[in-house]
Amino acid sequence: MALVLTEEQTMLRDMAKQFFTEQVPVTNLRQLRDDKDQDGYDKQVWQQIVELGFSGILIPEEQGGTGFGPIGLGIVMQEAGRTLAASPLYSTAILSAGLILAAGSEQQKAALLPQIAGGELLMAVAIEEGPHHNPKQIAMTAEKDGDAYVLSGDKRFVIDGHIADKLIVVARTSGAAGDDKGLSMFVLDADTDGVEITRTHMVDSRNAANVRFDNVKLSADQALGGIDAALPELESVLDLGRACLAAEMLGGIEAVFDSTIEYLKERKQFGVIIGTFQALKHRAAEMFCEVEICQSVVLDALSALDERRNDVPRAASLAKARLGDSARLITNEGVQMFGGIGMTDAVDVGLYLKRARVQAQMLGDTNYHRARYADLGGY
Amino acid sequence: MTSLDTFRSETRAWLEENCPESMRTPMPEREMPWGGRNASYPNPDTKVWMDRMAARGWTAPEWPAEYGGGGLSKEENKILQQELAAIKARPALTSFGLWMLGPALLEFASEEQKKKYLGEIIRGEIRWCQGYSEPGAGSDLAGLQTKAEDMGDHYLVNGQKVWTSYADNCDWIFCLVRTDTTVKHDGISFLLIDMDTDGVEARPIKLISGASPFCETFLTDVKVPKENLVGELNKGWTIAKRLLEHERSMISGMGMGAGAASMGGMEVVAKESFGTDGEKIAEPSIRNAIADHKMDQQAFGLTLKRASEEAKAGQGLGATASMFKLYGTELNKRRFELLLDVMGTQALGWEGDEAFDKRELAVTRSWLRSKGNSIEGGTSEVQLNVIAKRVLGLPDA
Ligand SMILES: Cc1cc2nc3c(=O)[nH]c(=O)nc-3n(C[C@H](O)[C@H](O)[C@H](O)COP(=O)(O)OP(=O)(O)OC[C@H]3O[C@@H](n4cnc5c(N)ncnc54)[C@H](O)[C@@H]3O)c2cc1C
Repeated sequence: MALVLTEEQTMLRDMAKQFFTEQVPVTNLRQLRDDKDQDGYDKQVWQQIVELGFSGILIPEEQGGTGFGPIGLGIVMQEAGRTLAASPLYSTAILSAGLILAAGSEQQKAALLPQIAGGELLMAVAIEEGPHHNPKQIAMTAEKDGDAYVLSGDKRFVIDGHIADKLIVVARTSGAAGDDKGLSMFVLDADTDGVEITRTHMVDSRNAANVRFDNVKLSADQALGGIDAALPELESVLDLGRACLAAEMLGGIEAVFDSTIEYLKERKQFGVIIGTFQALKHRAAEMFCEVEICQSVVLDALSALDERRNDVPRAASLAKARLGDSARLITNEGVQMFGGIGMTDAVDVGLYLKRARVQAQMLGDTNYHRARYADLGGY
Repeated sequence: MTSLDTFRSETRAWLEENCPESMRTPMPEREMPWGGRNASYPNPDTKVWMDRMAARGWTAPEWPAEYGGGGLSKEENKILQQELAAIKARPALTSFGLWMLGPALLEFASEEQKKKYLGEIIRGEIRWCQGYSEPGAGSDLAGLQTKAEDMGDHYLVNGQKVWTSYADNCDWIFCLVRTDTTVKHDGISFLLIDMDTDGVEARPIKLISGASPFCETFLTDVKVPKENLVGELNKGWTIAKRLLEHERSMISGMGMGAGAASMGGMEVVAKESFGTDGEKIAEPSIRNAIADHKMDQQAFGLTLKRASEEAKAGQGLGATASMFKLYGTELNKRRFELLLDVMGTQALGWEGDEAFDKRELAVTRSWLRSKGNSIEGGTSEVQLNVIAKRVLGLPDA
């Protein structure tokens, strides 16, 4: 197992760091928010991301990607997280590309992957149905009707749903909510008859949508992977998503931590720098340990995926759970240590706080992953 | 086959031949192989195993062969440790000499001192204790007052040390002494003292766990030969700090839970204690607490591993000893508190064999002992100070 980056990975990190810091600083997100941008992401930035090859990191070279794999993806997400960069990377290049790679037919791969790598196709994955992530509890049905399937029901918190050209929907073709078996995935155009997409405005100024499916007719060849058998592949890609989210969260807490420490060295009260107060020093030192721990669990989850280890679910749950806790601690401490100015919109720490809570809910919060970790441990 | 493969197969064969069967079983506290002049061996295999390992220098695998060490590379030692773990071998020698003093001597001692002391440590002949803390100098260690006066051909040492672990069973003590009273850190020297010398007296102190593993150590007109000074006069603080790093690294190993392992997996105990609901522990709050704890432990283990990989790759994690000491000991304390929750009253027995079995009684005592983890080797608050200052660069008041 590798917990240090290779030379190639270090180069990728430096490149990503430079790109996001210079081209997509936090002001980029502020601008999108203040302009009430219709898409919620910057098309020019996305073009640059595509040119750097980040949209095709998962995708093999034959299909137009760079094949850098999960660690590469995590590295890019970490740097994106540092500047709160809003882009379709997560929904399109991670979840959708991941699902197509894991479950798609050769035909689907050939049709979709090069377009994803080339940045021409945006996709979103519709999973959630309630306020808590729980893929096994999916109840929405895709009923068989001759050779076709009919989708009916509501999905929510579909990240990037409002900008997607195509959707991947997870629905039940048999069984009941809670069953392992019976889930299937379908690919469809976002403008298919009967699909109604409503953008939701979340606290982090990023993009999600609620999607209503009203008797949407799908042909059998729109199925992605086997009928009734989606869960294993879905879970494996969700674990990739979880590890990448954890990496993005890591970038966020590193940014908050660094700026908080800087502030402790600048701000004066009682005639001295506030960083001389032991009450703050100790909490800063504890945050340092948390950040180090977080770096380890994120790298481990990404290498587990990279090396196709059999403990991927455990490593991914560990990373997602741990980052959820640490991000809560560090963003709260950040606001507190900045004092009154930390409560203002002018300072970035609040933006990180808001983003961290949304990230924590994506693909399962700490409670979900703690329980999953215990299940995997057999207790 | 690479030379490392050869090393592995030869090591495996040698261990198979030389590690006595009883040394492959869990080690009771009273069979700890501390060595020393007054060592007793309730299990004679302990001594056999120690001597065989020492003869190869494998009690100190990476120390240079010229001083009696194993002379192994990091990779070879890793293989050795893996092979030892594979047969569940007990440590052949546990000692402050190996963990703390030896590494400091290798860096700071004269050639003659290395030749004399390192060999004795490796062979388990001399058991060392640590004479740092004093009644008035704990966290503020550099405030120590025990003084050593230059009497021409020897030093005359007077003062009192305290919390000296195992002093009543030890042969020699490495001491921090004041050799200049006009300055603080720059007036401290590092002195080695034979505890058989007249004027050295160790009195055991009883702990909350009921055991008495540490002592007050009185030094009254103790004559110490001048060649027992390590490094330069008044330059002892540098050695002292380095030795503390070794001590902190050693203590942080507790984070991985070897101490609580005797009870088996926490989840297994919890299933017995609370019953099950399918596969799950029947009490959800305990199940959650155990999962949280195990996640912390795994995360800590990964961080230790990352640090060692980064060290190999020549990248530094900086002030790692303080971070690991802090995190590992706090984790160990939480582990025992959780074990108390899991075991309920069965973890609160004091003595007698009707109501509690041996392992349960041991948990009670170990839980109490664990409270010292965040005090010994520099308290948690001191580690936080070190991180804030040295890693984060936060200024002093
Ligand atoms: C089990 C055990 C074994 C030991 N073995 C040895 C041994 O073999 N040899 C040896 O020399 N010593 C040994 N010690 C002593 C140990 O190193 C000291 O107890 C420790 O350094 C703390 O010193 P103190 O007890 O004087 O506490 P104090 O320094 O008086 O501390 C009291 C409290 O004040 C806090 N505090 C002190 N200074 C600060 C500060 N600047 N900022 C914030 N908080 C502060 C401490 O964290 C602590 O909570 C051992 C201790 C234990 C518990």
